Amino acid sequence: MVGRIHSFESFGTVDGPGIRFVVFLQGCPLRCQYCHNPDTWKSGGEEHTAEDIVSRALRYKNYFGEKGGVTVTGGEPLLQIDFVIELFTLLKEKGLHTCIDTSGITFRADNHESVEKHKKLLSVTDLVLLDIKHIDDVACKKLTGQSNANTLAFARFLSDHQKPIWIRQVLVPNITDDDESLKRTRAFIDTLSTVEKVEVLPYHTMGVVKYEKLGMEYPLKGVEAPTKERVENAKRILCGERK
Amino acid sequence: MMQYKGWEGFVPGKWCNDEVDVRDFIQRNYTPYEGDGSFLAPATDATKKLWDIVCDLTKKELANGGVLNADTKIVSTLTSHDAGYLDKDLEKIVGLQTDEPFKRALQPFGGIRMSEGALEMYGYTIDPDVKEIFTKYRKTHNEGVFDAYTPEMRAARSAHILTGLPDAYGRGRIIGDYRRVALYGVDYLIQKKEEDKLAINGDMTPEKVRNREEIADQIKALKALKAMAAIYGCDISKPAETAQQAIQALYFGYLGAVKDQNGAAMSIGRNTTFLDVFIERDLKKGLITEEQAQEFIDHFVMKLRIVKFMRTKEYNELFSGDPTWVTEAIGGMGVDGRTLVTKTAFRILHTLDNLGPAPEPNLTVLWSKRLPVAFKRFCADISIRTSSIQYESDDLMRPEMGDDYAIACCVSCMRVGKDMQFFGARANLAKCLLYAINGGKDELMKDKKTGKPMQVSPEFMPITSNDALDFNDVCAKFDNMMTWLADLYVNTLNLIHYMHDKYSYEALEMSLHDTNVRRFFATGIAGLSCAADSLSAIKYAKVYPVRNEDGIVVDYRIEGDYPKYGNNDDRADEIAVWILKTFMKKVKSHYTYRDSVPTTSILTITSNVVYGKKTGNTPDGRRGGTPLAPGANPMHGRDCNGALASLESVAKLPYEYSRDGISNTFSITPGSLGKED
Repeated sequence: MVGRIHSFESFGTVDGPGIRFVVFLQGCPLRCQYCHNPDTWKSGGEEHTAEDIVSRALRYKNYFGEKGGVTVTGGEPLLQIDFVIELFTLLKEKGLHTCIDTSGITFRADNHESVEKHKKLLSVTDLVLLDIKHIDDVACKKLTGQSNANTLAFARFLSDHQKPIWIRQVLVPNITDDDESLKRTRAFIDTLSTVEKVEVLPYHTMGVVKYEKLGMEYPLKGVEAPTKERVENAKRILCGERK
Repeated sequence: MMQYKGWEGFVPGKWCNDEVDVRDFIQRNYTPYEGDGSFLAPATDATKKLWDIVCDLTKKELANGGVLNADTKIVSTLTSHDAGYLDKDLEKIVGLQTDEPFKRALQPFGGIRMSEGALEMYGYTIDPDVKEIFTKYRKTHNEGVFDAYTPEMRAARSAHILTGLPDAYGRGRIIGDYRRVALYGVDYLIQKKEEDKLAINGDMTPEKVRNREEIADQIKALKALKAMAAIYGCDISKPAETAQQAIQALYFGYLGAVKDQNGAAMSIGRNTTFLDVFIERDLKKGLITEEQAQEFIDHFVMKLRIVKFMRTKEYNELFSGDPTWVTEAIGGMGVDGRTLVTKTAFRILHTLDNLGPAPEPNLTVLWSKRLPVAFKRFCADISIRTSSIQYESDDLMRPEMGDDYAIACCVSCMRVGKDMQFFGARANLAKCLLYAINGGKDELMKDKKTGKPMQVSPEFMPITSNDALDFNDVCAKFDNMMTWLADLYVNTLNLIHYMHDKYSYEALEMSLHDTNVRRFFATGIAGLSCAADSLSAIKYAKVYPVRNEDGIVVDYRIEGDYPKYGNNDDRADEIAVWILKTFMKKVKSHYTYRDSVPTTSILTITSNVVYGKKTGNTPDGRRGGTPLAPGANPMHGRDCNGALASLESVAKLPYEYSRDGISNTFSITPGSLGKED
């Protein structure tokens, strides 16, 4: 099977534990206003077989150490779930750590086929980085164009299946950084049993250039990166000790 | 009972049994240290005061246009100048290149024109008597070289296909084993050299005569070194008896070298493990405190920081600054599995805290997977704060060089006191490829007489078709052109080094080597990635030549894309490997001066900018005049698969073909190294 690939990063250090070979898959159903990779939205990309990607990843095995491995991100990688399953199956055969960075948007809890497929995926996945875009469904639709229902259902599914999760929250001033939303997110996280880590990712404006290149309007024009204080505040709420 | 008071308390062995063997001394006596840096002491008041003086002088020097003071009259020798001090009462380690700090010495043996030109650029005039002596009565290295150069060598030099040749300045890169001065004292070393000289007998072939004369010069230099120390009131005839004396004696050895030679790189060796033995002995005896030990090292390093040479502005432009390459190799692992890290490795790195960050001395940690974790953490911490540590792979160099090698300049390794090298600058292989296409006519330079493109190599068959360039055809022509270039390059260097030995022999540095020294013939390559990408473009895309009115290909039109070196893509990377191996094999096929071992390096760190200026448009799409990539780096912006892919491409270059070193300049923001401390 072939996957549609946007690009590779041989020295990924921010998408999962250790040093990672990162595969960016092409295509995404979400249109997050803060997205810094709008070039991965549309379908297309370069076609690569799973075998080809495995052989690329294996070249960096010496760098992976005990923690590192391969992360698949995008775009939304689970748009190509069959390909990811094939890829991860091969990677696990080679003893590599596998990690997926997803919004969980493609998960359908009420669809048997979808559930089975995601189960199969989990059987070859070591870690899921789950992006909770916004805990409030209305706000989530405004921010991403889609409901957060699938995301939250996928989180529950992961927890029920004892799959380690790193929750990721992009912190955008006046959109995701209010205390109330953060507290609601925290309350949801506390209902999950397999969350190993919560990462606060401060919004940045490095994506602006890409929008300009693509001739697209930048949705968050004028929004600045959050202050250090706000980032610390979010970390306190999301990651702080339970009372 | 030991032969000398200075040796008391040391474990004896081969080193003190009528031999000169510093490594044996270290192995029997050093104390590996696996702990952390919590024992370190801050700068003393004296250190702070002295460093203030240095900072003040540095400001004045900068305000004065880069040179504060320069000697125009006294030719620098070991004993040419009176003692000089920053502040005599505060200095624990003494000795300056001239009689005043920041006063640059006059060193015309490499070339009087360089000395004169450098002085003029900074508003000084050379003393007419000195000029007369060095033009009328005493030949310099530079004059010797130009007397003997062939027209072809001159042409290659002015076209910059051979660049940075050490034909007008000191070749440098030789590291004396300055530890010998401290461990043995000068008298012992003189005695050993006398014995070596006596052993050269029989038919007086030119080689033997030269060897005898050189040893005689070495002995004279050692005597001069003693006299130089005496100017500072120090006696270095016997082994050092204390840590302070050891550091002082070692520094005097180095000071003698920089008074004698204005070399391109004047590295100092690998000294911390050695010095630690002396410091430990004094600490154990209760003679000194940690504060004092640190103070000695701080003052020593301070002296290394203010080593200065009088050089022209073009020279400084080539090296992007005013570098002296006082490289000190630190740590590493012993072949017996013990680490060579000692407390003094920590102490010397701690100078970056006590005196603040600085590019010199070039503190170079010999990195091994097996280094003690606490030391690794200590280094990482200092690196993060000061960006002033260089790292090199001990695991790569140790199998070949053992565990007592040092680094000359930035990456060139040699066993201390056992190896020396003939530094050979670089051949520009990107330009060589253009010559292959144009049959050896320069793409930029015109012949002064005819106004036509300058023919630099003999007339090879150029590419005459205007079709897309044929990969096999270009490769065959490039191969031929590399054959020519390697031949010319090696022979140009043979000639240069003959003259350097003849007119600017490094007698003191060589007196601190074994007489039976191994010599390296250190060639170098520039423009590797540009040449590799150009060939890749020709192979995988369509590259059409664009000619000027003289029929010279001066530009290239590229249709399609091609794999680029720096993406861990074998298609491009293998071309780079092929170029390196092919060129090096050609270098090796030639006679090299004094039976030296040919090596090559790929390590232009800053000069790639200047080399790029002299190289026209290339088939990879690079514009003429823009920089080549530094060292073995991929061309700027062409590596697009992340850092490891880029590094892996570089790592495919076989070290055994580039034994003098491969450099890759790489910067990274802390954030891209991960999120946790």
